[in-house]
Amino acid sequence: MPDITLSRPVPVTTEAPLIRGLLIGVALIFVALFLFAPLVTVFVEALRQGWVAALDALRLPDALAAIRMTLTIAAIAVPINAAFGIAAAWAITKFDFPSKAFLITLIDLPFSVSPVVAGLMLVLLFGANSTLGGWLIANDMPIVFAFPGILLATLFVTFPFVARELIPVMIEQGRAEEEAALTLGASGWRIFFTVTLPNIRWALLYGVLLCNARAMGEFGAVAVVSGKIRGETATMPTMVEMFYNEYLSVAAFTLAAVLAMLALLTLLLKSLLEWRHADLLAATRRH
Amino acid sequence: MNIEIEELAKEFGTTRALHPVSLPIPSGALVALLGPSGSGKTTLLRILGGLEFPTSGRVLFGGQDATGLSVQERRAGFVFQSYALFKHMTVFENIAYGLRARPRKERPPEAEIGRRVQRLLDLIQLPDIGARYPNQLSGGQRQRVALARALAIEPRMLLLDEPFGALDAKVRKELRQGLREIHDRTGLTTVFVTHDQEEAMELADLVVVMSMGRIEQVGKPADIRARPATDFVRDFTAA
Ligand SMILES: Nc1ncnc2c1ncn2[C@@H]1O[C@H](COP(=O)(O)OP(=O)(O)OP(=O)(O)O)[C@@H](O)[C@H]1O
Ligand SMILES: [Mg+2]
Repeated sequence: MPDITLSRPVPVTTEAPLIRGLLIGVALIFVALFLFAPLVTVFVEALRQGWVAALDALRLPDALAAIRMTLTIAAIAVPINAAFGIAAAWAITKFDFPSKAFLITLIDLPFSVSPVVAGLMLVLLFGANSTLGGWLIANDMPIVFAFPGILLATLFVTFPFVARELIPVMIEQGRAEEEAALTLGASGWRIFFTVTLPNIRWALLYGVLLCNARAMGEFGAVAVVSGKIRGETATMPTMVEMFYNEYLSVAAFTLAAVLAMLALLTLLLKSLLEWRHADLLAATRRH
Repeated sequence: MNIEIEELAKEFGTTRALHPVSLPIPSGALVALLGPSGSGKTTLLRILGGLEFPTSGRVLFGGQDATGLSVQERRAGFVFQSYALFKHMTVFENIAYGLRARPRKERPPEAEIGRRVQRLLDLIQLPDIGARYPNQLSGGQRQRVALARALAIEPRMLLLDEPFGALDAKVRKELRQGLREIHDRTGLTTVFVTHDQEEAMELADLVVVMSMGRIEQVGKPADIRARPATDFVRDFTAA
């Protein structure tokens, strides 16, 4: 440990410097080993044959179609789940009704059900072997092995993220500000947009980013429902797997790197917003 | 505007927060709801403001049945125990909120809103704090901003839930005086909740002593002191 000068603030913890150093060291090694190293490996593998090969891999029609599919799915699923998440959190925290505990459990269901099982449920429900599925296919509206199935699977798997982020924040904030706005004559919508939404915006942003990351990254449920048809229903994660299984490792890792970059981008966006609005953030968090 | 409370009762599931209570409040009075914790003071106040609906009974405002009116329709200025200021808005925006929330036809123009907010800031003797956020104010200043915000809607009555509850003794005394002055100047029928008998006796024209969801006694402070109606009132006001 470095020497401790007098101008330093007195540490509030009482652990010996050695133990503290050890703990910090273990944490850093853990982060390096389990977070940083895999991320670096993805990029190294992608660039193994140089930039040109990597960019060429991205120009493969299958890769382009997968990127397009994943972005489209996320662009639809995230707003829908943000809206449902807000509605669910609002209902749970601002009103009293009998089946509340049940609704909370229901929201968590996608977390406890394996994504593969979720995918299978959709196949059983809407597949060619079910009455409903047969009718849908006969009427030219297939859900399984088609876009709607992928969307449904993604919606199911990513449903809890926004609501889960919002519920504790909204419980902590209580109803007082909404009630104050009511007594000042504001309508329900006005209260929502001028009081509720500004108070939950950071939690909402965080929930949306998590939801987005998962929507783009979901593999299990989508793999089952989509049938992984190249150029048609393959998403980025399922396409990565297919490239990899065909020993097209540059293509697989390049696509994986793009996926990782999209994730990093969302994190960067969040940090940027937090940094730009640091003063407001402090104002809304402190009382 | 006078308020008439007729046989008002409120149950939360199996808890009886209010047994049927009746109370006439004369126009322009400054009334204290006084009682120990859990006696139903907040419940009664919230029913008056329309934030809670009674299980049975009626409320009349100026002779008109107001029991079914929504919160917005009641136009009651409400000051919450924890003030419930909008944390993400400046003091100016907080006070202007009620004016901006009006339907377009009745909404004053921007310049008029500015004038009114400034007049209210002057009234609470904090003319220069419009640009601050609530977290940059002291407890006493927050309380006064909450009062100004409630007054901005030109309310028909003023309802305050333990307005001085979270403040130290010195600030309490000052703000008590401030509330008295604002009440006298606006002439608004005002109901405030307190569990501090000294505060009720000193400030109110009319004191309503409550216990366990019942009204024990209603009267002028001096009368309650001189002739307590029940043992409970005697003990509570002697404390
Ligand atoms: N939303 C609610 N749900 C269930 N019970 C409630 C609710 N609000 C109040 N009560 C109950 O009603 C009774 C009266 O509560 P109230 O808040 O009116 O008391 P109070 O006189 O304001 O007390 P305090 O001085 O502690 O604020 C209490 O027994 C309380 O537990
Ligand atoms: Mg109370």
